[in-house]
Amino acid sequence: MINAIWVILLVTGVIVAALNGRIDVVTEAVLGGAKQGVIVCGGLLSIVVFWMGLMKIAEAAGLVQSLAKLIYPLARFLYPSVPKDHPAMGSIVANMSANMLGLGSAATPLGLKAMQQLQDLNPHKDRASDAMCTLLAVNTSGLTIIPATVIGLRMQYGSTNPTQIVVTTLLATFLATTCAVFLDRYFRARERRKGGWQV
Amino acid sequence: MMQVAQWFAAWSLPLIIAFIPVYAYLIKKVPVYDTFIDGAKDGFSTVLALLPHLVGMLVAVTVFRESGAMELLVNALNPLLQPLGVPPEFLPMALLRSISGSGSMAVMTDIFQTHGPDSFLGRLASTMQGASDTTLYVLTVYFGSVGIRKARYAVKVGLLADLASVIAALFVTHWFFG
Repeated sequence: MINAIWVILLVTGVIVAALNGRIDVVTEAVLGGAKQGVIVCGGLLSIVVFWMGLMKIAEAAGLVQSLAKLIYPLARFLYPSVPKDHPAMGSIVANMSANMLGLGSAATPLGLKAMQQLQDLNPHKDRASDAMCTLLAVNTSGLTIIPATVIGLRMQYGSTNPTQIVVTTLLATFLATTCAVFLDRYFRARERRKGGWQV
Repeated sequence: MMQVAQWFAAWSLPLIIAFIPVYAYLIKKVPVYDTFIDGAKDGFSTVLALLPHLVGMLVAVTVFRESGAMELLVNALNPLLQPLGVPPEFLPMALLRSISGSGSMAVMTDIFQTHGPDSFLGRLASTMQGASDTTLYVLTVYFGSVGIRKARYAVKVGLLADLASVIAALFVTHWFFG
């Protein structure tokens, strides 16, 4: 899909430029866009390097585990099919906490470990279990407390108040995650009613 | 309410930046500076991995905008989207968000450059970028890692949740900055 979008953007751009009789714009835009990409990375480098260092400290201080303890009751509610003391539960809450702290690089391995452990509980190995679908729904809606990269980019483009979007992001991500959880429950119930998959 | 939100926005980051090292050093006895350097090193590879994506996407987006194609799209969709409170320039970003995180980030920086990060569009794009994750990437990596081939309703839920995050971002941005 990403391939199609990329080609469509480029090709419509070239065609429209040609129709407008301004084909020279394309070369300029290519060079300008590429330069912009490198400049953005330069700006990102400063904030990402700092933020990843800080988050490493958070990880070493056990803040991921502290947050995990806090959200454990929520996880019990979200994953009723996972036994209480199964190791999968530990990986699930660790994955959620790492995501909330914006530790993307730590969150993915934890999420994959959770998937592996959920697979042990899964009776049909090629079909996603209820808990797997929930893990996916929660992960794709992306609960993050501090959107550090976005703040960094806003700074780079001269925002007078780069952190202004922290509250709106929190509210939006909270609403979206709540929706994802409800949609997950709704489609599961509908599937049961239709008698699609029997567990 | 707005006052509290403003206060929270201004203070959350400084408080976190102060709290983490102090807590780690004084209570958990973590060698904070060495740990910081250790983690910061990974920042390099993270950004370097992003570079080709940003260059590729920004070239495509810039060609699309500079050629006048973006203007055509905006003009065509404006009568449809304006009553809903959706700026048409936001559409490419909303479409890209579930497919490619670096792609939507590229569109966001293009919006920052063209309209400014403090414009309504800039704030909307910022909120959108942080409010969601790349559904198709997560789906492929997570299910692929354990060999799940029947995803049941997971794709539907992921994409509908993305739509929900677009609507939520629009709603919240209008509410706070509209």
